[in-house]
Amino acid sequence: MRSIRAAAVGAVTMSLALAASACGGGSSGGGSNDSPKTLTYWASNQGASIAVDKKVLQPELDKFEKQTGIKVKLEVVPWSDLLNRILTATTSGQGPDVLNIGNTWSASLQATGALLPWDAQHLDTIGGKDRFVDSALGSTGAEGQDPAAIPLYSMAYALYYNKEIFAAAGIDKPPATWDELVADGRKIKAKGASVLGAEGANVSENIHHVFVFAKQHGADFFTADGRPDFTAGNVVAAVKQYVDLMAKDKVIPTGDAEYAQNQSVSDFAKGEQAMLLWQSAAANLKSQGMSEDTYGIAPVPVRSGTPGTGTGINSMVAGINIAVFKNSDNLDGATEFVKFMTSDEEQTILNKAYTSIPPVRNAQEDAAFNTPANAVLRDTLTKSAAALPQVAAESQFETVVGTAVKELFADAAAGRAVTTDSVRAALEKAQQQMPAK
Amino acid sequence: MTATVPTRADGRTVRRSSPGAARGPRRTGRIRRIGLPYLLLLPALLLELLVHLVPMVIGIVMSFKELTQFYIRDWGAAPWSGLDNYRMSVDFDAPVGKALLHSFFVTVGFTLLSVGLCWLLGTAAAVCMQDTFRGRSLLRALFLVPYALPVYAAVITWVFMFQHDNGLVNHVLHDQLHLTDKPSFWLIGDNSFWALLTVSVWKGWPFAFLIVMAGLQNIPRELYEAAALDGAGMRQQIRRITLPSLRPVNQVLILVLFLWTFNDFNTPYVLFGKAAPEAADLISVHIYQASFVTWNFGTGSAMSVLLLLFLLVVTGGYLLLTWRGRRASDV
Repeated sequence: MRSIRAAAVGAVTMSLALAASACGGGSSGGGSNDSPKTLTYWASNQGASIAVDKKVLQPELDKFEKQTGIKVKLEVVPWSDLLNRILTATTSGQGPDVLNIGNTWSASLQATGALLPWDAQHLDTIGGKDRFVDSALGSTGAEGQDPAAIPLYSMAYALYYNKEIFAAAGIDKPPATWDELVADGRKIKAKGASVLGAEGANVSENIHHVFVFAKQHGADFFTADGRPDFTAGNVVAAVKQYVDLMAKDKVIPTGDAEYAQNQSVSDFAKGEQAMLLWQSAAANLKSQGMSEDTYGIAPVPVRSGTPGTGTGINSMVAGINIAVFKNSDNLDGATEFVKFMTSDEEQTILNKAYTSIPPVRNAQEDAAFNTPANAVLRDTLTKSAAALPQVAAESQFETVVGTAVKELFADAAAGRAVTTDSVRAALEKAQQQMPAK
Repeated sequence: MTATVPTRADGRTVRRSSPGAARGPRRTGRIRRIGLPYLLLLPALLLELLVHLVPMVIGIVMSFKELTQFYIRDWGAAPWSGLDNYRMSVDFDAPVGKALLHSFFVTVGFTLLSVGLCWLLGTAAAVCMQDTFRGRSLLRALFLVPYALPVYAAVITWVFMFQHDNGLVNHVLHDQLHLTDKPSFWLIGDNSFWALLTVSVWKGWPFAFLIVMAGLQNIPRELYEAAALDGAGMRQQIRRITLPSLRPVNQVLILVLFLWTFNDFNTPYVLFGKAAPEAADLISVHIYQASFVTWNFGTGSAMSVLLLLFLLVVTGGYLLLTWRGRRASDV
């Protein structure tokens, strides 16, 4: 009898505990300064691996702790998970205090209201807007609104080419236009090497490239008032030109249609591929054992003329922004940390480690960012790079159009014809999948 | 059936005698006796609520809301959208509905093929391994390996094998056997359906094998001996003894395999990533894409509820049919 009573008491207690914990879930919105001594920081994966990132970042975080007494808990989140993790954190309100975001997501995440807006006064605490270069600031949120994030690392696309393969094929300078690239491709193929790498199944890479091609065709994926416009004649022509690099010009090998894990970078690093269009690839290539004097860096080709504004755009403004999560329980500390990460000194150290370009004017003065290789990237960023559309539906645009391009590459790889009509049909389907508002 | 009769009779006598012995106890004692099982069930019930029912109900509630990126931070404030999400999902003339319908048909075809092949392979292997021979247990263990491997590790290995440039599958089919005139793509385009089916069957048949093997142990050997004496061959034995005896086992097996395969998310996700090729656009990944990738959780939930309803109807119909069939054959 006693044991039965004990069991009954146990059952009741457990039920009560469960009911209580079920009610206790969820938290009130809005930030606070309840725990001023700790911060959680989600860093994006910038180095060759997560371990590399930890090694780069931890000494700086220790420095920050020494200066301010705030301990920063670091988590490096792989790219494949980052956006999902941010969405989950947004929904639950349980997230980091400070986080890195891909700068193209700024407007989309801004619309969710998860990130702390940086109004002029708040910006002054980290030294004001003028410390940053304009191109980087153009990717921090929708126009006319306070930035949702602060630029941290800037990157640009460039054409990486293998000097040895070029010499063997008798090509003395990197191609400046797409026609030249296709012509060089023939010489390279005659020598048995493959020409140009691409990540055909990587949705984001596809977007970055078709965006630039669209600019070169004088086209935009969105109208001035932010509505999707994927089927305009010159948008279709732009997407077709990119896919045609595989379908018609045969400079991208068909096998690349299924690449999505940076296999094209490995192909290039192994010396099997003559060219690669990539953003700030130096650190990545080095970690794969390719020495710096075996490859050259040139601006991404244009249709004609030289890179510049308008149809001379030859890169997106690639980069990482740092943002404060609105639900943070250490808002002051988070601001302090952003100030630290965007200080001249830290900007120099971190961008050197990741071979990216600092978006902070003063830090750009450092000699490390004025080597010939980095000069190409810097020039591109200041003169001929454009920000992806800063609209709330940007992230959906990346998915649906990126997927459409992936399917078109699959068609090209399977030997099916890629025509203006098939490209338009693919883009029309993508446009119909965009949210109605 | 015959074995259960005496126990039931036993039970009845026991139950009849015990209230007789304790006739006229105080009311509280009776309440206590009746209440105790429920009290002991309470923690489990609450946990069940917490882990299963609450999320399900929230999911159903979400499907009636316009839960887009503008509201996910404070999703209690998302506006009610009535049946809009459902209307959008089943409007088969519009792209969203059309894509969902396409995905549904792909999933049905895939599931039928996969379950059929899993069952066939599993049963064939189990029947072949019924007699003892040297190395039987080794083979049995070997057959179960795909089932025992972690899904991710197993499927990622298949991804490597299916690669276009240096995958094993193309190496064998193209380089060694010269069956194709050029290497095929398995992870993009139309072939992706067959790639998915291969992995799914490879992963699923050991379960069928395991269950059928267990079911075979319950068939009395005498039946086979008697059949052999009457001159029944191997085929007749399988048709007249093995399969009918396996009926109850198969009934559950097919249902479980069907539900697992229809809902399988891991295999296509690891195989193809976030954007599955059209030919292999299974419904679970499709719904994931509709909600997570395009940030429209309301539509995603509505699609999930529709999927739930469909599976409920199929399961209910299946159970009703097979149960009736069984009763009819028992009588």
